[in-house]
Amino acid sequence: MAPTVPSPAKSASPSQPSGKSEVTDLKQQLRQLAGSRAPDADDQRRDVFKRVISCMTAGIDVSAAFGEMVLCSATSDVVLKKMCYLYVGVHARNHPDLALLTINFLQRDCRDQDPTIRGLALRSLCSLRVPNLVEYLVAPLATGLKDPSAYVRMIAAVGAAKLYHIAATSCLDAELPAALKALMLSDPDAQVSFHSTNNDEIVLQLSSTHYLCIYLNCLICNCRIKEFSEWAQCLVLELASKFLPSDNNEIFDIMNLLEDRLQHANGAVVLATIKVFLHLTMSMTDVHQQVYERIKAPLLTLVGAGSPEQSYSVLCHLHLLVMRAPMLFSSDYKRFYCQFSDPSYVKKLKLEMLTAIANESNTYEIVTELCEYAGNVDVPIARESIRAVGKIALQQYDVNAIVDRLLQFLEMDRDYVTAETLVLVKDLLRKYPQWSHDCIAVVGNISSKNIQEPKGKAALIWMLGEYSQDMHDAPYILESLVENWEEEHSPEVRLHLLTAVMKCFFKRPPETQMALGATLAAGLSDTHQDVHDRALFYYRLLQYDPAVAERVVNPPKQAVSVFADTQSSEIKDRIFDEFNSLSVVYQKPSYMFTDKEHRGPFEYSEDLSNLTVGAETSEKVISAQRYQENDNDLLLSTSDKEDIGTAASNGSASTYNAPSDLIGPSLLSSQTPSETSLINPGGPTYSSQSNFSLDDLLGLGVPEAPAAPPAPALTLNSKPVLDPGTFQKKWGQLALSLSQECSLSPQGAASLMNPQSLIRHMQSNYIQCIASGGQPPNYKFFFYAQKDGATAFFLVECIVNTASAKAQVKIKADDGTAAEAFSALFQSALSNFGLS
Amino acid sequence: MISQFFVLSQRGDHIVFRDYRGEVPKGSAEIFFRKVKFWNDDEAEEAPPVFNVDGVNYIHVKVAGLFFVVTTMVNVSPSLLLELLQRIARVTKDYLGVLNEDSLRKNFILVYELLDEVIDFGYPQTTSTEALKSYIFNEPIMVDAGRLPPLGPAAMFMQGTKRMPGTAVTKSVVATELGGKKREEIFVDIIERISVTFSSSGYILTSEIDGTIQMKSYLTGNPEIRLALNEDLSIGRTGSSTYDYRSSSGGGTVILDDCNFHESVQLDSFDIDRTLHLIPPDGEFAVMNYRITQEFKPPFHVTVLIEEAGPSRAEVLLKIRADFSANVTANTIVVQMPVPSYTMRASFELEAGAIGQTTDFKEGSRRLEWSLKKIVGGSEHTLRAKLTFSQESHGNLTKEAGPVNMNFTIPMYNTSKLQVRYLQIAKKSKTYNPYRWVRYVTQANSYVARL
Repeated sequence: MAPTVPSPAKSASPSQPSGKSEVTDLKQQLRQLAGSRAPDADDQRRDVFKRVISCMTAGIDVSAAFGEMVLCSATSDVVLKKMCYLYVGVHARNHPDLALLTINFLQRDCRDQDPTIRGLALRSLCSLRVPNLVEYLVAPLATGLKDPSAYVRMIAAVGAAKLYHIAATSCLDAELPAALKALMLSDPDAQVSFHSTNNDEIVLQLSSTHYLCIYLNCLICNCRIKEFSEWAQCLVLELASKFLPSDNNEIFDIMNLLEDRLQHANGAVVLATIKVFLHLTMSMTDVHQQVYERIKAPLLTLVGAGSPEQSYSVLCHLHLLVMRAPMLFSSDYKRFYCQFSDPSYVKKLKLEMLTAIANESNTYEIVTELCEYAGNVDVPIARESIRAVGKIALQQYDVNAIVDRLLQFLEMDRDYVTAETLVLVKDLLRKYPQWSHDCIAVVGNISSKNIQEPKGKAALIWMLGEYSQDMHDAPYILESLVENWEEEHSPEVRLHLLTAVMKCFFKRPPETQMALGATLAAGLSDTHQDVHDRALFYYRLLQYDPAVAERVVNPPKQAVSVFADTQSSEIKDRIFDEFNSLSVVYQKPSYMFTDKEHRGPFEYSEDLSNLTVGAETSEKVISAQRYQENDNDLLLSTSDKEDIGTAASNGSASTYNAPSDLIGPSLLSSQTPSETSLINPGGPTYSSQSNFSLDDLLGLGVPEAPAAPPAPALTLNSKPVLDPGTFQKKWGQLALSLSQECSLSPQGAASLMNPQSLIRHMQSNYIQCIASGGQPPNYKFFFYAQKDGATAFFLVECIVNTASAKAQVKIKADDGTAAEAFSALFQSALSNFGLS
Repeated sequence: MISQFFVLSQRGDHIVFRDYRGEVPKGSAEIFFRKVKFWNDDEAEEAPPVFNVDGVNYIHVKVAGLFFVVTTMVNVSPSLLLELLQRIARVTKDYLGVLNEDSLRKNFILVYELLDEVIDFGYPQTTSTEALKSYIFNEPIMVDAGRLPPLGPAAMFMQGTKRMPGTAVTKSVVATELGGKKREEIFVDIIERISVTFSSSGYILTSEIDGTIQMKSYLTGNPEIRLALNEDLSIGRTGSSTYDYRSSSGGGTVILDDCNFHESVQLDSFDIDRTLHLIPPDGEFAVMNYRITQEFKPPFHVTVLIEEAGPSRAEVLLKIRADFSANVTANTIVVQMPVPSYTMRASFELEAGAIGQTTDFKEGSRRLEWSLKKIVGGSEHTLRAKLTFSQESHGNLTKEAGPVNMNFTIPMYNTSKLQVRYLQIAKKSKTYNPYRWVRYVTQANSYVARL
């Protein structure tokens, strides 16, 4: 419980040695023992070696003893050998010259009679990670791959991967991959066979998924997978999830053969199997749903078995599935009740799941249970529970009972309960204005002095402003709050106070006039930039024309129908694609937390098997391009992405587009579009217009729309030339000009069973495809086009979902000003697809 | 895959540290330890088992007060790593007999030797205690068993995390005992963790049993074993999954919602005669995990009352009735009850002649704690407590206090009625008659009574 972690070198732990003198002492002892032939020399050496490794573990630098350790290494004692190998493995990289000394005895041991020694030596030899010693590795490895002992062959197979890792070319020059391939397909020992496959980098070099498919096939169909260790099974299943069988019968065969893996006691095997099932059935909706039903029980059992850590990981995956298909879990709600012994990270997940699966049949029970947690001694969980109740209220049609419960929370008289509840009541009122009467009656009784938390206070002030005509005391409460302006620390509360007083003023002018003056004065002299600016804005607005000001502050409001989702569906799909990985635990796709060379053990196979290649591109370009694209995504901050996502999916500016802060933007965005543009001009308005034009087209259902777009000032070069490398570079360099969603005609969506047809269609519109890929219902295309008579290119990433007949379009342009015109052209071409 | 593996003590000392790929920057163990110790400090939350700091993923489990950690740069399966960590801990325990800081420190060279074979280049190789035997050359150094808690049934659950009970057996799978002779024996433990929530009116809101059949074999030559369970055992709830408690009682059949099995288990005849065939590998492992939501008779009936007794005072009455037969005794019972946050003092009144009972008012967490060494089946125990408040109560005391939570262990008691009918060792020899231990234990996972 020490407040800081002591640095290991100074660690005062009695059982661990420390300090420089220790190292010199050890060196001396080793030197004495080096040539000793005393009968107990090995025992003594063991003791000293042990101390050296103990120091090494504690983080003390014992590399100074390298020479002495090597001198002592000539021994037949296996335990000593192992300790020495361990030491050498850790320090060789920092002492490449001295490491050379060890090569000799390692190579000799590689030829030992005992397979255990051979294996050990070979493993250590490959673990040195010293690039200039690579030449000594190749020969023992090649021999090792043909060793009569399976243990040695397995170590050699892994060793080949290690070699590839430090020196790919020497690995390939020695033709190790070919030897590995032979092992993979024919080795009698399953473990050896597995480890030859597992060399992801090498298999990639074979640049043939063909072999992999044959291999997987023979594995699964011959039930050989069951001979593997459970860990190997996990990795093979991971590979199998990337494998696309040619027909449905094959899919069912694989699933039947793997069925019993769902009963495995090892959660990792079960999850890997589930991933295979889910991915295989992506395009078969009803089977996919059956899979959900089938995997429910095993997952729930895994949650109950094992340590809390193991169940956490399973629960994260269950959480993902629940979020995707809440209906299927709605009768299992009791399984997601929090248990006393659950750690808080588990409770949080369970609360989210309960929220998601609440429907007409179980809401009463779920809300009752959640209300129990609201009084919980664990305050963070109590808060989460209250929020959960609110979220359920927002997604239900019949909120009657829930509103009553929420109002009861206010009577509990606990600070945090009141604060959380107020925020919820405010959101509820935005969605169900009809409840204002009941809520206001209760809220009116709450003294603002009792609320300390800014969020709760801000919510109360919002209600005071919004419903000032119904709340008798509103102007006076606001006035008293304004008097305490100086003591109000939270700028958020002050911002709300400004707006609330303004609203109140237009509803009850005589009573509020005084307060308004005081508020604006206080706001103008506020040190916080936002507060000051908003005060100034209101002041000028009032000066310009009070009628306009009223329209800005108190416009007729529409009830919010849906609150924006915090995560775009694209991100959710990506996480689902990465089922059974850390992405699910973090609830983020992998590009947000790993760098590109660490994306995943089998990332390459996706590139190879799922992407068909458009003209004149090579496989390598696409994989590189994928990374580029991911990196580009990475550059955008999460919030940027969300904004783009919401703006694109809503298509108009009248919905909320800042989920993180519901109160602030709500003042602006709940107004009519025209007013919004006054405050929030730019992108969203544009996208709504472009959608209108598109709607027109669709509405008319133009049967044979001409290839020319409605009124484009833009013509495209009929034969643009762009090589994949340049495309990739440009895509990486250019900023995103436009991102939006558009629709396909149903016919178009249907004819997309063959992606080539869209590629040809776009070509006829002078838009060229450079790469495409995906599997139903999601396809991804990269297009480019060139402005006629100019050098400027337009680059497009287009993700089409045939199920919803929607396309996500991202456009990057050399000439940003022409991007909008190009976008219109692109969309019209896309929407005509299948009609002509 | 796995970049590093390390074990840290509670104070953050390195006990073992192994780097497999040399890609994670230095100081990862320190970064990990600081993060875990000070996770969301103001909310006093526990660090989740998986987190990411600066692109390095840290995955850990806590076993016997130690942190078993792996780091990775790759987006791997978290379950794979968590299962692996748990398995490494178990293999280590198989070798050392006892898993704690002391035994690990004494045997760290052996642990390195194990790690060398378990993980290579970051890929898990094998975690089978048996397969590892031929590659392990260090002899385990036994820790002094005298310094361990006594091997009573309670101690059975003292090691490891609360939810992953170990067996009472603390001898190593590999070490030869004094006299060089190994005792032939096999342990089968049926461990059930039960979760029950009682409503304020005393009826059962939810109940669940998470059970494990755990085995630890010390039989030489790995003979095949047949483990027969209840003949009328059925698996999978038919019909809808809504829980109607009245209809599922009676009959006495055991209905498992679902179960899974260790890979050594052959299920060929399971559907016919409910018999599991297996060749048990050395070491400790779970033969079968199962889950039951069928109604069962809860072992304890808990009654709680809280009443106002004048301004800023209240009285609490806690009553526990043991609803099991008198030849069974529950032990290490702890009853906890949160009280209103403005409680200043609490005075307790135990029943007359109470032995082995202690009471405490935990001021920091505002709860009453009542510990009982043992409860004999059929008996009833009560506790009265007088609370003094620092202010007048808001009127609704039941909303400010509770729920009551209970922890207990009941050896030789089996809630689900799942039985091992027989344990047969298929080794034909008249003189061969190894010891067979079949033990039942029920433990509280979450036993909650609401006010």
